[in-house]
Amino acid sequence: MMGALNPQLNEHGELIHLLSLDGLSREMIHDILDRAAPFTEIAEREVKKVPLLRGKSVFNLFFENSTRTRTTFEIAAKRLSADVINLNINTSSAAKGESLLDTVDNLAAMQADMFVVRHASSGAPYLIAQHLAATGRNHIHVVNAGDGRHSHPTQGLLDMYTIRHYKQDFTRLTVAVVGDILHSRVARSQLHALATLGVPEIRLVGPKTLLPTAADRMIAGAPLRVCHDIADGLRGADVVMMLRLQNERMQGALLPSPQEYFKSYGLTPERLALAKPDAIVMHPGPMNRGVEIDSAVADGRQAVILPQVTFGIAVRMAVMSMLAGGGTQ
Amino acid sequence: MKIEIRNGRVIDPASGFDQPASVYVADGRILGSGGAAQGVPAGFQPEAVIDATGCIVCPGLIDLSARLREPGFEYKATLESEMKAAAAGGVTRLVCPPDTDPPLDEPGLVEMLKHRARQPGFAHVHPLGALTVGLAGQRLTEMAELAEAGCIAFGQASVSIVDTQVLLRAMQYAATFGFPVWLQAQDAHLARNGVAHDGAVAARLGLAGIPVVAETVALATYLQLARETGARLHVRRLSSAAGLALIRAARADGLAVSCEVSINHLHLCDENIGFFDAHARLDPPLRSAADRAALAAGLADGGIDVLVSDHTPVDDDEKQLPFAEAETGATGLELLLPLTLKWAADSGVPLAAALARVTSEPARILGLERGCLKPGVPADLCVFDPAGRFTVSRERLRSQGKNTPFLGRELAGEVRYTLIDGHLAYAADGLA
Amino acid sequence: MPPLPPVTELIDRLAAQLRPHVTPATVLVGIHTGGVWVAEALHAALAPHGLATPLATIDVSFHRDDHHLGSGLRSGGRVSHLPDVADAHLVLVDDVLYTGRTIRAALNEIFDYGRPAKVELAVLVDRGGRELPIAATYCPHVLPAPLPASQSLDLARAADGTLSFSLREK
Repeated sequence: MMGALNPQLNEHGELIHLLSLDGLSREMIHDILDRAAPFTEIAEREVKKVPLLRGKSVFNLFFENSTRTRTTFEIAAKRLSADVINLNINTSSAAKGESLLDTVDNLAAMQADMFVVRHASSGAPYLIAQHLAATGRNHIHVVNAGDGRHSHPTQGLLDMYTIRHYKQDFTRLTVAVVGDILHSRVARSQLHALATLGVPEIRLVGPKTLLPTAADRMIAGAPLRVCHDIADGLRGADVVMMLRLQNERMQGALLPSPQEYFKSYGLTPERLALAKPDAIVMHPGPMNRGVEIDSAVADGRQAVILPQVTFGIAVRMAVMSMLAGGGTQ
Repeated sequence: MKIEIRNGRVIDPASGFDQPASVYVADGRILGSGGAAQGVPAGFQPEAVIDATGCIVCPGLIDLSARLREPGFEYKATLESEMKAAAAGGVTRLVCPPDTDPPLDEPGLVEMLKHRARQPGFAHVHPLGALTVGLAGQRLTEMAELAEAGCIAFGQASVSIVDTQVLLRAMQYAATFGFPVWLQAQDAHLARNGVAHDGAVAARLGLAGIPVVAETVALATYLQLARETGARLHVRRLSSAAGLALIRAARADGLAVSCEVSINHLHLCDENIGFFDAHARLDPPLRSAADRAALAAGLADGGIDVLVSDHTPVDDDEKQLPFAEAETGATGLELLLPLTLKWAADSGVPLAAALARVTSEPARILGLERGCLKPGVPADLCVFDPAGRFTVSRERLRSQGKNTPFLGRELAGEVRYTLIDGHLAYAADGLA
Repeated sequence: MPPLPPVTELIDRLAAQLRPHVTPATVLVGIHTGGVWVAEALHAALAPHGLATPLATIDVSFHRDDHHLGSGLRSGGRVSHLPDVADAHLVLVDDVLYTGRTIRAALNEIFDYGRPAKVELAVLVDRGGRELPIAATYCPHVLPAPLPASQSLDLARAADGTLSFSLREK
C-alpha cells in the first residue's frame, strides 16, 4: 500500500536499518559522517578493535558474490568486536530452492543481531526489513550492502565522507558522475546523498544507452544535468566520480567495445585538465584501467581512490555501531 | 422460482432505465422491471422477495479478464474459490484468458473447463482460446474446433507473438471465421527483463524499465494487421496514454477496434510501487500518473470501452519476493464494482454510464445480449449498497489470492446479493 | 551537600599534590569533557615545574558499557589524542569521580594504544558511589557523604573560561 512508513526509520524517525540514502535528512547524513571520523584513527592503534558490538552476531548475507565488499563489512564488524558469520547464499540455500525469507527466518532463529545483505534484486533488503517488522523482530538490523541497481548506501556514505574530507562545503561544489549510471546502485546512492547535502550542480555523464530514460528526473528536485559529452561534464568540476563499467555491458547492444568507450568517456589526464585544478577523482573500485579510467589518472595526485577504501571501513563501523550499538541520539 | 427484488433503485445501463422499481424474475429469467406506475406483471406471485432498500439493482457484472487458474495452477486458486469471489463481487459472467497449464489450446481442455464451471451459483465462463499452440507463437490452434467447444475469441494472454508473420497468419485465419482476436500490446523485445514503467520511479528505484514504446510499437503493428486482415481486434490491458491515442486515431480512421483497461491501471500509477511493494508488480506495468489520468478520462469518454478486473490470484510465496522476482498480477474480482464506483465518483461519471463499462459494454464486445435487464434474458443480477464501506483485507477477500495493491484501502460499494440464472449465488447476510 | 570550595582553589590543591610526583616525561591525560578543562589548568600550573610533555586527551565513547541502555555513541568527531603510551607515566585527569565506570573505559582505551608503565588518577572531587574497585591517586576534596544517585554534579565552563560546579536533580 502506498504511503507506508519508510521501513528504515522507526516511529520516532530514528534509523533502525540502513537500506538506502533516499529519505535520509541532511542532518542524519552529516551525523553518520561525524560518527565515522573517530573510527578512522582506530586502524592506527596497536589494538585495532573497540568493544562496541562485543557479543553481537553480524551475518554477512551475500546472495551475490562480492569478496571485496564482504571483506570491508567483515573488517568493520570485527573491529567493533562483533562475531561475524559469512554466508554465500547463492552457493547454498538458494540452490536448494529455499526462499529468501525462509533463509532469513532460519538465521534470525540463530539470534542474529544484524544482517548485512547483498542481493542481485533491487529492493531485496526492503523485503527482509519489512518481513522482520511484520514478524515483530525489529531488533534485528539490516544493512544494505548493495541491491541490484538500486542502492549501495555505505558506498554512498563513504563517498560523501571522502568529499567532505577534501572539499568540506558541499553547497559550493560541482560534481560529475561519469559512466554506467543506468545499472549503478553506487550512482543512485551518490545522487541521493549529493542532492540531500545541497550540491548545487550534479552532472550525469554518459552515452544514452547507459543513462535511465528519465535520468534528469530520477531524483525529485535534485539539480541533475545530463551531459553526453564528457568535456561538458568535466569542465569546472570539483569532484569527478567515476563508475565501474561491468564487462557484461559489452555483451548486449549497449556499447560497441571497451576501446570505443574509453575513446568517448575514459578519464584521461587531458580530459581531467578541464576540471578544476584541485578537483578530486573518485572510483568505487574495482577499476578497469584503460576502459573507464587512464592509469595516469588512477595513480595521479588527484585520485583519492585509496583513501576512499580506508574511509569505507570507518563509515561502515559508524553505521553498524549506530544501528546495533544502542540508540541514535 | 419466482422472485421479486423490490424497493431498490433499478439501473439498466443498456436501456437507460434508472428509477425506483422492482425486478421480477421467473424460471431463471428476467420477467420485467417496473415501478409503481407499471405495476406487477399479470399473475406474478413471488415465492421469494429480496428487499433492496437503499440498494442499486443492476445487471450482474461482466468481467472480460479473470484468471481462474484452472487447469494447472490450483495451488494459486481453484474454480470453487474464484467463483465464490466472483459471486461476492457481483460478477456473473467472465472471460478467462488462455494462460492456464496447459494453455487453452485444445477443445478438450475448453470443454472440461466449461463443464466444471457449469454449476448453480457459478458465474458463466467464456474461455478465451489460445491463438497459437502452447501460446508459443508458432503454430495456429484449431480455432474452429475451439470455438465450437466454447471459446468466444482468441488471444495470447500476456505472451507476445514475436514472429510477425505468424501474427499476420493468425489474424487472417481468425478473420476468415469472424473470430475476434484479443491481444495485449507489448513488444517482447522492448519489454525484455523489464519489471516497471520506464520512468522516474524505475530510475530512482533501480528497476529495469518497460518503456511505453513497448506498448505502442506492438499496438501499431496490431492495428495495421487488423486493418490488413479485417480481423476484429480487442486490445487487452491498455496501459498508456500514447497507446490510447493510437487506438483513437485508428478509430477515427474507420477501424473497428475495442479496448479495455484494468482497475489497477485506472486507479494506480508507478508511484504506488512505494518501497518495492510486490503487489504493485503488474503486467503491463503501472505507468505514470499522466498515463493513469488519460486512461481514466478515456474510460469516461468512450475511448476505452470496458473496465476489467484483470483478476490474477497469486499465492504468497510468489509475491513475497524481491520486486523483480515476484509474479505479476493482482486479485480483482471483488474489487471491480467498488473501483468502478470510485472511478465514477472521482471522474464525475453518472452511475448508469459507469456501470455500462462493466455490464452492457463488455456484453457488446462479447456479441451477446447480456448485461441488461431485458425481459427474457437470464436473471444475472447484482444488488449492491453504494454507500456500504469496507476495508480491503486478506480476511475479507474470498479469492484464494490475497494479492492486491489496494490492501488496506477503504472502498465504497458493498454487494448484498448476486443472482445467476435466477439462483441466489451470494448473499451478504449469508443466506445463499 | 555542604558548599564546595571554589574550583580554582581545588585545582591549586590538586596541582600541589601532583607537583612532587611529576617528571618531565609524565603525561597528563584529560578525559572528555570536564577532565580536559581540569587537565588544561593543571598543565598550565605544572609546566613551570618540570612537566615537559603536551597535554593528551581521551574520549571513552568506544569503551562505554552503557550502549545497551540507549545512550548511544555520541557524535561530534571527537577522538583520543594520546602520545606513544608504551612504558609512559600517565596521569588520568577527570572532574568528578563517581561510579568508576568512566575510568574503567579510559583504561581500556589507553591499553588499545599500548602498555603504559604506570597510570595514576587525579580528580577534583570524589562524590562517592563507586561501582568498581577504583580509587583516585590524587584528590583534594572527598565529599563527607556520598551524593544520592538522583543528583548530578557537573563541571561547567563559562565563556570567559571560568570553571564552576553545579548540583542538579536528574
